[in-house]
Amino acid sequence: MKKIINLQPHNGTRWLLALLPFLLLLLLYVAASNARLADNPGDKLLPAMGSFADAIQRMAFEPDKRSGDYLLWVDTGSSLIRLGLGVGISALAGLAFGILNGAIPFARAPLSPLVTFLSLIPPMAILPILFIIFGMDELAKVMLIIIGITPALIRDMQQRVLEIPAEQLIKAQTLGASSWQIILRVVLPQILPRLLASVRLALGSAWLFLIAAEAIASTDGLGYRIFLVRRYLAMDVILPYVIWITLLAFFIDYGLKKISQWSFPWFHSQTGDGGKS
Amino acid sequence: MSYIQIRNLWKEYADQVVLERINARVNKGDFITIVGASGCGKTTFLKMLLGTESPSRGAILLEDAPIPDEPSQQRGIVFQRYSVFPHLTVLKNVMLARELEHSPLLGKLFGSARRTAKQEALAMLEKVGLTAAIKKYPHELSGGMQQRLAIAQSLIRKPAILLLDEPFGALDPGIRADMHKLVLELWKQHQLTIFMITHDLKEGFLLGTRLWVFDKPRHDPQAPGAFGARITYDIPVGQSDRSLYQKIDQQLQVTQELTMEGNAA
Ligand SMILES: Nc1ncnc2c1ncn2[C@@H]1O[C@H](COP(=O)(O)OP(=O)(O)OP(=O)(O)O)[C@@H](O)[C@H]1O
Ligand SMILES: [Mg+2]
Repeated sequence: MKKIINLQPHNGTRWLLALLPFLLLLLLYVAASNARLADNPGDKLLPAMGSFADAIQRMAFEPDKRSGDYLLWVDTGSSLIRLGLGVGISALAGLAFGILNGAIPFARAPLSPLVTFLSLIPPMAILPILFIIFGMDELAKVMLIIIGITPALIRDMQQRVLEIPAEQLIKAQTLGASSWQIILRVVLPQILPRLLASVRLALGSAWLFLIAAEAIASTDGLGYRIFLVRRYLAMDVILPYVIWITLLAFFIDYGLKKISQWSFPWFHSQTGDGGKS
Repeated sequence: MSYIQIRNLWKEYADQVVLERINARVNKGDFITIVGASGCGKTTFLKMLLGTESPSRGAILLEDAPIPDEPSQQRGIVFQRYSVFPHLTVLKNVMLARELEHSPLLGKLFGSARRTAKQEALAMLEKVGLTAAIKKYPHELSGGMQQRLAIAQSLIRKPAILLLDEPFGALDPGIRADMHKLVLELWKQHQLTIFMITHDLKEGFLLGTRLWVFDKPRHDPQAPGAFGARITYDIPVGQSDRSLYQKIDQQLQVTQELTMEGNAA
């Protein structure tokens, strides 16, 4: 018998083991839901599977009675645009300022302490200020995401740039590279896969800020909907929305990982996360 | 007039004297191997030639002017590791120098300029025996192949001076012999002036035109940092004999032990 740290599940077994906890959770839910509904058929806390199907049918495949929109898709579109704008702008800012701070000591000296300071401000605390400055429309919500994740991204990118071995920067100079060329040919390409990795981690916070902003001031969006129907204790809508958000988050993360593996094979075989996740 | 003059060079870190009173003259085309106990300041000396460390006192003159105090294409370097770019294939690692030279804005070449650079890089890679590996990334190469790549990459910009810091330290003896042949060939072909650090005294007796031994002539057991290393031997290679080899070997070992004791105390 091998030691347990050396025992590896085979492909089929691995899939089965991965599905098992989900199946157990589902079973547990169905059992609990059945028990509650048997007590009180009007219970709203743990709706039956059928109620979910009805809610999904109503939200995703039938036009809303008042607006005529297919609400789930409208909400999804609005939220994804906000998320994409917020995360995209943050990533660009993180890349630009991270490289600037990491590569140029005279930029780092004034900017690095400032970024550290900004990163410590709790973004939710300044949400009212954002609403006052940017109004209640799209800009404020996108700004919350940007303010929430950019400082950390800048700090992370700066750190990654500083981790590039000094030997490489010296080497490039002995090949005649200017500061600009070093940034373009040595620093930037090595930092891009690290940016993708940081963005993947930052997405969790980005979703948090998005849903918070939508809950407080919005007329559509996934977060808005959840907080709206909470008033009617509509668990049959809330739970599918939560699972849908989770799925979206999962596929965005997976997509970014695949893009990274495909674009930067040298990075992933170096860090050894080429294949399995 | 000598090509490089080293005048009363000192290097100190805080209260530790690393190098003291180094004086030497180097002619164009000299191939100098440097040996010395671990921690005696060989890399520090090379960094001053490279321009990434500055002398505490004294000066290094290159063609009678102070040597530039930042790295330049005049002085190529091969470090013990981290010398090649992990995000570029073998071919692109070597082409990079040409791209930097001819494309100041983008650092990238296109069309016929790119083809010319590629041909040149391929010729250089053939000399170091990496033709079969041009599409590989550095992490897919063995240690010896990476060092050969680093040498090819340094030489394509045609530096006047080549600095090698234990470039073959991690390689096994068979490959090392091949690498020696390669370096000697390239040295003659490109009329380089080479400084090569090695921790293998035999290598120093074998390669190049001059052997420098860095050693501390004085020790103070109470204050191990009080005295620095100097060039204790400057021997033309090929004119030395077995007994000299043994003598230097012995002295370096004594220094090494004294340094270890100093550090332990
Ligand atoms: N940046 C630094 N700050 C303080 N001390 C340093 C610094 N760089 C080197 N030293 C000290 O200078 C001495 C010489 O270091 P150096 O790297 O030149 O040794 P070396 O001869 O190359 O040794 P090795 O053969 O082990 O590579 C060492 O004692 C080291 O601790
Ligand atoms: Mg050294």
